[in-house]
Amino acid sequence: MSELLVKQKDIVVPGEELAIGMDNLPGQGTYREGEKIIAGRLGLVSIDGRAIKLIPMSGRYLPKKGDTIVCKIMDILMTGWRLDTNSPYSAVLSMKEATSDYIQRGADLTQYYDLEEWIVCKITQVTSQKLVDVTMKGPGLRKLTNGTVLKVNTNKVPRIIGKQGSMVSMIKDATGCRVTVGQNGLVYVDGEPSKEVIVIKAIKKIEAESHTSGLTDKIKVFLEKETGQKIAGQKVPEQKVKE
Amino acid sequence: MGYDKRIDGRKFNEMRKMEAKVGVIKRADGSAYFRTGNTWAYAAVYGPRELYPKFKQNPGKGILRCNYNMLPFSSSHDRVRPGGSRRSKEISMVTEKALISVLDLSQYPNAVVDVFIELPETEAGSRCAGITAAAMALADAGLAMKDLVAAVSVGRVDDKILVDLDYAEEAYEDGPVADIPIAMTANTGKVTLLQMDGLISKEQLNEALDMGKSSLKEIYELQKKALKDKYKVV
Amino acid sequence: MNRDLRNHVIKTLDAGVRSDGRKALEFRQPMSVEYGVTTTAEGSARVIIGETEVMVGVKVELGRPYPDSPNQGTMMVGAELLPMSSPEFESGPPSIQAIELARVVDRGIRESKSIDFKKLCIEPGEKVWTLIIDIISINDAGNLFDAASLGALAALKDFRFPNLDEDGNVVHKIKGDKVLEFEGEPIEVTVLKIGKHFVVDPTSNEEQAVDARLTVAVLANGELCAMQKGGETPLNQEEIMKMVDIAIEKTNELRVLLK
Repeated sequence: MSELLVKQKDIVVPGEELAIGMDNLPGQGTYREGEKIIAGRLGLVSIDGRAIKLIPMSGRYLPKKGDTIVCKIMDILMTGWRLDTNSPYSAVLSMKEATSDYIQRGADLTQYYDLEEWIVCKITQVTSQKLVDVTMKGPGLRKLTNGTVLKVNTNKVPRIIGKQGSMVSMIKDATGCRVTVGQNGLVYVDGEPSKEVIVIKAIKKIEAESHTSGLTDKIKVFLEKETGQKIAGQKVPEQKVKE
Repeated sequence: MGYDKRIDGRKFNEMRKMEAKVGVIKRADGSAYFRTGNTWAYAAVYGPRELYPKFKQNPGKGILRCNYNMLPFSSSHDRVRPGGSRRSKEISMVTEKALISVLDLSQYPNAVVDVFIELPETEAGSRCAGITAAAMALADAGLAMKDLVAAVSVGRVDDKILVDLDYAEEAYEDGPVADIPIAMTANTGKVTLLQMDGLISKEQLNEALDMGKSSLKEIYELQKKALKDKYKVV
Repeated sequence: MNRDLRNHVIKTLDAGVRSDGRKALEFRQPMSVEYGVTTTAEGSARVIIGETEVMVGVKVELGRPYPDSPNQGTMMVGAELLPMSSPEFESGPPSIQAIELARVVDRGIRESKSIDFKKLCIEPGEKVWTLIIDIISINDAGNLFDAASLGALAALKDFRFPNLDEDGNVVHKIKGDKVLEFEGEPIEVTVLKIGKHFVVDPTSNEEQAVDARLTVAVLANGELCAMQKGGETPLNQEEIMKMVDIAIEKTNELRVLLK
């Protein structure tokens, strides 16, 4: 005899009972204790077939292989750079991975990336001890200049990017700004100052209203109002809450 | 004679007026506020974050670091000198023990989760208010957490068992007093903080713990609501 | 100092905006002053400027006067930049940042002669009131200086002398009636120079891009009673006078909040 005690999109707190019985499976963010499936964090219920999992709404970023992240150079090493990833774990960019050019041993590394500069890079490896390696070799990976960095809730990044990048593209098109969204909750914005203000406001709005429906339309209306220009284009598919 | 009526008129199993709110300190990763009567606490969580000095790092899992601090103007007596005291260090330590068992820090090797508890106004029950706020703040910070923890002080004044002693009751002079701060995990009912000073019999202790259990349920409901209110759909 | 950040702030100021859409001389909203936020202090206040929040409490004790001013009470101002209010603050003894903040707020109040310390004397040479003002950062989103100064004044306005019991000890628990007389209301505003721009009420980000800052305490009648220059870049006289003008104008705006 099984019973589901919560429904889709319920907010649950740690220790709250989600289901009784063996029919359901404890997914991410939940755990089983005897007959019960219990919330293992504060989160939003997501039921996928028999699995119950919790979507985090808060929590700092933890580096994951394959993530594209926005980082700041925090230290120059003998053979590379150490990066601030906006997480408890710094990353290392080795000389080899820095650029497709060949860097001489003993070269002045600040010529490539200097302290306090921002880059967008990709995580190639995360060890069990959370040592993180990144690369700059790949499409779209580059130094970021002339703009400003906005810290966002890392759990809202999927909403900010949108399905197939639709949300962030809409913002970019409406404002003419370059917007680089890192999985680590850092967003680099670079454009005409008054338009940058609109981008920042739009992103903050997405953060605040991320688990409401019709968000894409709301942002579209907001952008049109702020820029005074209609946004052309296809109807963007309504997004599901993603993990 | 006995302690027939509580000084502030409450019932013996009645707590002071309570209030809980989550997300009160924007720069923190998680934060909360909890009040009971004239005792209230802020709790702010930063973490997981880098831990220095390196020798303190634990490669197996993250560590929890709690800091309980009374603000200089928080006492109804003289100003409290900033910088902590032996008392505040001890409370910091028992607070950490009260919370650690519900946290799963294995996902954060070498890192630290810092909990800061600051009290702008205290009138007895401050460590319990701090722990109750800290549990909400930890959940708000999105940490892997098996359960919530709530805390309250139970005890005895003269011949009565009661809950949430205020300052006047702690200082009661016409009979024996026992002040028992207790913290429990909300759903599994395990005791994570238990201290006592005063005089109490074994039977009275048992009765006090029973009363504590039901009071803690009330506090837990407040914590739940405060957490859900912050995140509910606009 | 972060060159990139500074360049970007200057770029936006050149275009007449700041990242949050404000103008250079605009304070954030909401701005509020709340009195009497704790019953354990003899006077207390909470100031909110944007997301920056500061609490100030005033406690009073009986003490001896300083030997060179036997018929005057004393005052001490302390500040704690709590680690809970920002990831930048560490636990431990007060940093130089906290010390500077406390001393600048202190000077604003003390030098304005707003408080007649003779009125704090109970028994010349023997017993005087000691006012202790404690400034606590609750959330640091930039501009703690101005919030702290406003908070200190508000807490002093909220302050009531406690009564003494028959043994002459302070009865802290019961709030008295006697207000602390003070006139002049010195309010501090900090004006910052970034590139060639002058800015007030910086966010935490903008604070990192600052070349120089000037905190000015201004009385209601426009007289200046304290100043502090910070930052490494020198200022010329013209710039200083311009910043003073801005400070005077802005303190009038803040003064309204203290009503």
